Amino acid sequence: MKNVAPKLTTEEYESNFAEIHPPFSPNSAVAEANRCLYCFDSPCMKACPTHIDISTFIKKIASGNLKGSAKTIMSSNWIALTCAKACPVDELCEGACVYNQRGEDPIQIGRLQRYAMDWYVDRGMPELFTPAPKNGRTVGVIGAGPAGLSCAAELSLMGYGVTIYEAKNEPGGLDTFGIAPYKMKRQDSLNEAKIVERLGVKIKTGVSVGVDISIDDLSRKHDAVFLGVGLKTPTALRISGENLPGVHDALRFVEEVTSRNWSSVQVGKRVAVIGAGNTAIDAVTEAKRLGAEEVMIIYRRSKEEMSAYEFEYELAKSDGVVFHFLTVPTRILGSSHVEALECVRIRPAASGNGENRALEVIPHSEFQIPVDMVIKAVGQTPEQSFFSQIQNLTLSKGNVWVDPETYQTSNPKFFAGGDCINGGKEVVNAAADGKKAARGIDHCLTRLTS
Amino acid sequence: MVDLSINCGGIKSPNPFWLASAPPTNSAYQVCKSFEAGWGGAVWKTIGEPVMNVVNRYGSMDYNGQKIIGLNNIELISDRPIEINLKEIAETKKLWPDRAVIASLMVESKRETWHDIVKRTIDTGCDGIELNYGCPHGMSERGMGSAVGQVPEYCAMITEWVTEVSSIPVLVKLTPNISDIRFPGRAAKKGNADGISLINTINTIMGVDLDTFELNPSVDGKGGHGGYAGPAVKPIALNMVSQIASDPEINLPISAIGGISTWRDALEFILLGASSVQVCTAVMHYGFRIIEDMTEGLTHWMEEKNYRRLDEVRGRSLACISDFGNLNLLYKAVARIDESKCIQCNLCYIACNDAAHQCIDLLPHNGKHQPKVRESDCVGCRLCFIVCPVDQCISMARIDGGSETLTWNELMKQMPQPVTWEALRQFQHKHGIEIH
Repeated sequence: MKNVAPKLTTEEYESNFAEIHPPFSPNSAVAEANRCLYCFDSPCMKACPTHIDISTFIKKIASGNLKGSAKTIMSSNWIALTCAKACPVDELCEGACVYNQRGEDPIQIGRLQRYAMDWYVDRGMPELFTPAPKNGRTVGVIGAGPAGLSCAAELSLMGYGVTIYEAKNEPGGLDTFGIAPYKMKRQDSLNEAKIVERLGVKIKTGVSVGVDISIDDLSRKHDAVFLGVGLKTPTALRISGENLPGVHDALRFVEEVTSRNWSSVQVGKRVAVIGAGNTAIDAVTEAKRLGAEEVMIIYRRSKEEMSAYEFEYELAKSDGVVFHFLTVPTRILGSSHVEALECVRIRPAASGNGENRALEVIPHSEFQIPVDMVIKAVGQTPEQSFFSQIQNLTLSKGNVWVDPETYQTSNPKFFAGGDCINGGKEVVNAAADGKKAARGIDHCLTRLTS
Repeated sequence: MVDLSINCGGIKSPNPFWLASAPPTNSAYQVCKSFEAGWGGAVWKTIGEPVMNVVNRYGSMDYNGQKIIGLNNIELISDRPIEINLKEIAETKKLWPDRAVIASLMVESKRETWHDIVKRTIDTGCDGIELNYGCPHGMSERGMGSAVGQVPEYCAMITEWVTEVSSIPVLVKLTPNISDIRFPGRAAKKGNADGISLINTINTIMGVDLDTFELNPSVDGKGGHGGYAGPAVKPIALNMVSQIASDPEINLPISAIGGISTWRDALEFILLGASSVQVCTAVMHYGFRIIEDMTEGLTHWMEEKNYRRLDEVRGRSLACISDFGNLNLLYKAVARIDESKCIQCNLCYIACNDAAHQCIDLLPHNGKHQPKVRESDCVGCRLCFIVCPVDQCISMARIDGGSETLTWNELMKQMPQPVTWEALRQFQHKHGIEIH
């Protein structure tokens, strides 16, 4: 990299990456919990993909029954700590809170959930659930991300012997490696994996299925296999200069930052992030917080069409991120490293509407932006080479197809959930998928024998 | 122009707000500071017998994150010598001639002792005397405070000892720790009191620590009942004040005490017959400065309602107090939910379904559930109205037309006695009242 951003002091890094939503103090947690109306048939519970009984766990915080509160939370969601800190609550539970209708701030459900879960972790994660006696069947789970952990935990409670195979050296998937440090720490995700392990689940890290153990071996070894493998292949820009030093993949970059070795992460003085999803926002704000002087988002569509949530957009703007909408990168320029990004401006074509409307390049709109680093955040796709090893596995739009009721794939032995079936959604969706897939697995396996 | 001045049994003050005899009136420093803030009067912290306090004197009842909805104390009467208190009372009165300075007294039950303290008190130039017959802890075990207030004969006797030598007004402060407050009230009247102050604090144990099993507050491991005050006691005090105010045998001016934190609270007591009101817990929580809102809020209310003096409203709600037997059995109201305001929290539904009369249905509405009252089954209990968190969303609509009135007492005159379920059923049926 030609122009590397100067290193910051430890204090500056810590301040830049301090938690955006700090924990409640005990008094403020109780005060907030008591503000909850304890609705009957509460809309927050319906809005949560895992349907946590929110008003009940909140009332338990109010009464000082924090252990019971954590139990209520985890009986619906095993990825409760990550969800508490990384869920887009405005779009889900808090967005559904009846207080919004009264024109008042909704209950801070995410922070309250975090309060109960922090308490539980701080007390050494005492046992809350007793798995049923072993039923003699085993399930192999590929991937220790939120979908895999959630599926494994549910199955273990039902009496299944569960082994998770995880390619990385630590469990948690994107919860461990892909969430901005000002939202949560790696340790939070690792604690979640520990909770699942304590239910009797074996987690084998550093085991890459298809490399260290074949899919066929795994399939023979277990009564069912759950695919919670996420999206591995970064989408390429397919423009020249993409392989120049200084061009980075967003998830890799975010992963480096989650290590919290701030000064070891190389960041350019001027950074362009291509894409406008939530990962793009993480990458661009992190680049800024690591000391980049100029940070920008390059996005081919309009502001209204970007997939990043409004609060993420606001966060990026408050970090001084410049947004170039309706802008497409055409070349990455540089002799031995990234020096500039060439883009064109585009506009909606006269015909068509909505997502499918055609875009056209505005003639003679080419321009160059001098940059030192380009971060690609245009999405990931499932690893096709991996799925091709599974017989009769049907893909739908590049994702694994599953029966929406049972989460069974077209190969009856395989089930799937999380990003590899939905193309990349929230942690909480993966957690919900894993839970439902576990029930699907149980349903299919017991149906087979009964 | 609104005039807030009052006269309570001969004790005058520029506004009805007095500090109650309690920690905030422990010294001339405090009372003078409170007068500077605007308080109309102060009942000095009770002076009398030698006492010694313990440490950890207060316990708080906190609720749903709200601090001090109730406060209990095991503090005793003034632990400063009588001479100092009397000297400071005299100095304070001299500095603040327009404010009411009232000495609260509690000495052993001997005529001479009372005569002596009353005379010395009058010498300070203060405006009146309040007899503390209420302290429920510490002093009662020594035959004073509520030990007097709980026995009407003692109450009358000691009041007489005081009034026979007092040249200034005497208020008797009653304890609520008694089955019928009117008896000590009548005793005070018999002893020639000029007015009655009530209520003193209520016997309470504030709480038990779930780790140490000790009481809260704990004095080196031990505790006991204390005197309870603060916002939570207001309804009890309102009832007792109304009982004293409506008793034809008593007919004395009242200085009301019990959970008064705002001008609104004060007004409620005034509407039930109080001449002055006394405040302690709210000041212990927030300081003397709350007086600004109290006088201003009361003044604004009077202006808005076109009243000039508190005499015009004093006791106005007493006419609305009645025995159950005189309530109209034919008055009928049902709950109505304003769907445009409803936030679908459905607390009304679950309260009605589990704890009342199962007359609210949940109907599917835009992916949520909208509660709806089945009016034919609504008994008008008002529980849904109370649990609804939205202003003016649920209302109680009168549906009886208002032309007919029949009370239980009147009905019993019409019916064969003893009344039977069948006779009642016929009456209900005739008036369209269905009991499910």
